[in-house]
Amino acid sequence: MTESTHTTCESLLGSLSDYIDGELGEELCREIEKHISECENCRIVVDTTRRTVDLVRASNRPDSGLPDDVRDRLFKRLNLDDYLKLPSTK
Amino acid sequence: MIDTTIHDISVDALKAGDRAEFARLVDAYSGPIYRLGLRMLGREQDAEDVLQNTFLQALTHIENFEGRSSLSTWLYRIAANEALMLLRRKRPEVSIDDSDSDDDRDGLSPAEFVDWGALPEEELLSSEGKKALDQAVQNLPETLRMVFILRDIQELSIRDTADALGLSETNVKTRLLRARLNLREQLSAYYGERMNQEKKND
Repeated sequence: MTESTHTTCESLLGSLSDYIDGELGEELCREIEKHISECENCRIVVDTTRRTVDLVRASNRPDSGLPDDVRDRLFKRLNLDDYLKLPSTK
Repeated sequence: MIDTTIHDISVDALKAGDRAEFARLVDAYSGPIYRLGLRMLGREQDAEDVLQNTFLQALTHIENFEGRSSLSTWLYRIAANEALMLLRRKRPEVSIDDSDSDDDRDGLSPAEFVDWGALPEEELLSSEGKKALDQAVQNLPETLRMVFILRDIQELSIRDTADALGLSETNVKTRLLRARLNLREQLSAYYGERMNQEKKND
């Protein structure tokens, strides 16, 4: 985050989520890529923010099922006991 | 168009009181809703309360489901409300609707510039790394955490997240950015520390 590129560093933050999610137009993407090729701190912010989102998603997959005892109590509470032993239909 | 089939679940059958269909709905969504509760409240018992209350509400109100959103978004909306109500009961100062703070840019400026992005995934997601990641999510303010959970963990679209939380898409985007930058700061501090330790050990 250098003083001379302050405005661009700041505007990059506003577009950061859309950039990471691949939802930014081609022209803005090119501008960001040009900026981060010249601004090391912004490159780090972009890389580590993207990695943060990837890690959270990776650590939450596979989306493991419900613990058996929690499922048992849920079905009983909903008076769905008759369906408790049926295989899950995910 | 009304979304009548999701996971091949028939809304018509649900509305007609088909209990086998409701059991299928429960099996399809109970996992994600339980984890939403767990991430939001941090305790298994609280997550179970959110889970049970969500499906009790769904069972009671399915006849009023108008299909303006998908069935899954409708369920997430109920679950988010249940989780926030429970949070408020435990901590009355919590509010999900503090849109006043959405406009100011405080806390958006990155302060940590550790370049940990290239570390291998097995190191980042070691059991200790995973714990740090879970804790970092828990440390997010509630208003940011719910948006982050729905968008980045449950992978709902911006629009569905906004719909589930009764927020504008702009609000969701602002909160998502804040949440991501907040987590990045926390993880940068954590991985920076670990990189320093490794250097010392070399």
